Amino acid sequence: MIDKSAPSTRDKPRTPGKARLREHVMGWLFVGPFGIVFLALLIAPLAYALYLSLFQKKLIGGTSFVLFDNYVKAFTDPSFLSGSWFVIRFSLVSIPLQIIIALAMALILDAVTSLFARFSRLMIFLPYAIPTVIGAVMWGFLYSKSFGPLSDLFGLFGATPPDFLGGNLIFYGLVNIVTWQWAGYYMIILYAALQGIDPALYEAARMDGAGKWQIALRIKIPLIAPALLLILVFSLIGTLQFFNEPQILRSLAAGTISPDFTPNMYAYQQAFALANFNYGSAISFALGGIVFVGVYAFLFFTRKRRSFL
Amino acid sequence: MTNARSRAGVRRRPQRHLPLQVLLGFLVVYFLVPFWWVIVNSSKDAPGLFGGGNTLWFADRIDYLGNLQQLFTYDNGIYGKWILNSTLYAFAGGIGATVLAVMAGYGFAKYRFAGRRFSFALVLGALMVPATALVIPTFVMFSEFGLTNTIWAVILPSLLNPFGVYLMHVYARDAVPDEILDAARADGAGEIRTFLQVAFPLMRPAVVTVLLLSAVASWNNYFLPLAMLSDNRLFPVTVGLGLWQGIASANNAGSTSLWSLIILGALVSVVPLVIAFFSLQRHWRGGLSVGGLR
Repeated sequence: MIDKSAPSTRDKPRTPGKARLREHVMGWLFVGPFGIVFLALLIAPLAYALYLSLFQKKLIGGTSFVLFDNYVKAFTDPSFLSGSWFVIRFSLVSIPLQIIIALAMALILDAVTSLFARFSRLMIFLPYAIPTVIGAVMWGFLYSKSFGPLSDLFGLFGATPPDFLGGNLIFYGLVNIVTWQWAGYYMIILYAALQGIDPALYEAARMDGAGKWQIALRIKIPLIAPALLLILVFSLIGTLQFFNEPQILRSLAAGTISPDFTPNMYAYQQAFALANFNYGSAISFALGGIVFVGVYAFLFFTRKRRSFL
Repeated sequence: MTNARSRAGVRRRPQRHLPLQVLLGFLVVYFLVPFWWVIVNSSKDAPGLFGGGNTLWFADRIDYLGNLQQLFTYDNGIYGKWILNSTLYAFAGGIGATVLAVMAGYGFAKYRFAGRRFSFALVLGALMVPATALVIPTFVMFSEFGLTNTIWAVILPSLLNPFGVYLMHVYARDAVPDEILDAARADGAGEIRTFLQVAFPLMRPAVVTVLLLSAVASWNNYFLPLAMLSDNRLFPVTVGLGLWQGIASANNAGSTSLWSLIILGALVSVVPLVIAFFSLQRHWRGGLSVGGLR
């Protein structure tokens, strides 16, 4: 590909032939080492996963080429379908919740400028520094019937404590963990975007008689729309791959979280517990497909506002 | 970071909205509860933990030292090994990924080479690839080369950080003026020297951020080492604690002492991160906001 069409990152006139050649060579020297890692650890595994997913291993007859049979199997497999449905439902509930909380916190922290507000900002962001696994372990303790505080707290009022590790409530137990883990991170991104707004705009709006709410809704939120979209996309990619938290809570919530709870857990089980790498790869790829479709559908519907990436 | 507020010169007087501050107070309590629970309960021994005392307050007998000693001597001090492994993976993966990302980001931003647009589009596309989709095929590939169950199985995949390349590209494009580079070249400095002595110092804030983000990503990694490693002496602390938790839940009655180890283990594993977080918070925020500010 010749870069005639490339947008110019530099405004200087085109340099003569020998210097151009040197620019090609130096560019590739700088990008090359990453390029090798990119090819070896991203392109190659993806290609290999695609290749693996086209084969089936049978006890009798060994490995055979089956084209898309694994995908047909995946998209008719109740385990994969229910897992996919779970992560989609989970995204629909947890992502708006996290973003609304993060946005509210960012707006509050943008409006309140006290020492305590600065302290709160740091504390709300702190869970982001904690590995998701450790976060899930910690919340597992809090949910636990044997040593969690829930039974004490509800005991005070003579009520039965909710069991966030069982039955229907596990969904909300997981929503809570994810919100705790990520809301602070999203808040920081939105807060930084809010801080970048020129306050002269607020002055102008006040002159026109706009109140605090109107300024927040009509000026602040529209201006940080790109940042909102960015975190929406990142949280969508992350949530569809849900694995760590349910995997960790599995040992505590025996019976509630099955090994095929999310597509990623199902792929892990197929590959590493059942040594069925072909079907595991097909599930990974199918999940990747769902992520791609989800993200691009989302970007398509919001393309007018897209100004990041 | 530049602050538009002070730049514009209309700095408002401090706002101390009381109801909002109270609301913030509740939020802070929510976000700190898990930490508080772990701090309090890691002071208890097994009977104190299951004895039905107050779960949100210290036991009568506070025994951090005894618990710490138990944590670091249990199973021939395997916990200490896990912490060291996590440190190794975080540093090796973090430094390697950062070096690659800084070079590539600079290359993409400052050289117009053939294939630049196409390769950069590939890098951006890679941001959308679910990282976990790569784990299974990488495992199969690595097992062909006999690399699974070695430290390389964890370190090599963490060298790949497309987001770091994207961040460095944005930063190098905006913070390193072409005029300075051309001036250095006109003075006879080679391309490598120009990069190391002129561009690199200008890019340093973003370099620190990328280093921090990649090191933390390696430290937090769970799925990859869980899949790659079977020898528990190679485990990072995340996988190790997950293993202990599985064992403790599987035989609830027989392993009450393991629970107190897990609680203290969770606390100890978080301490280095919290220290890094507080001492380097400026750099965290700087990098995180790049994506949002544009």
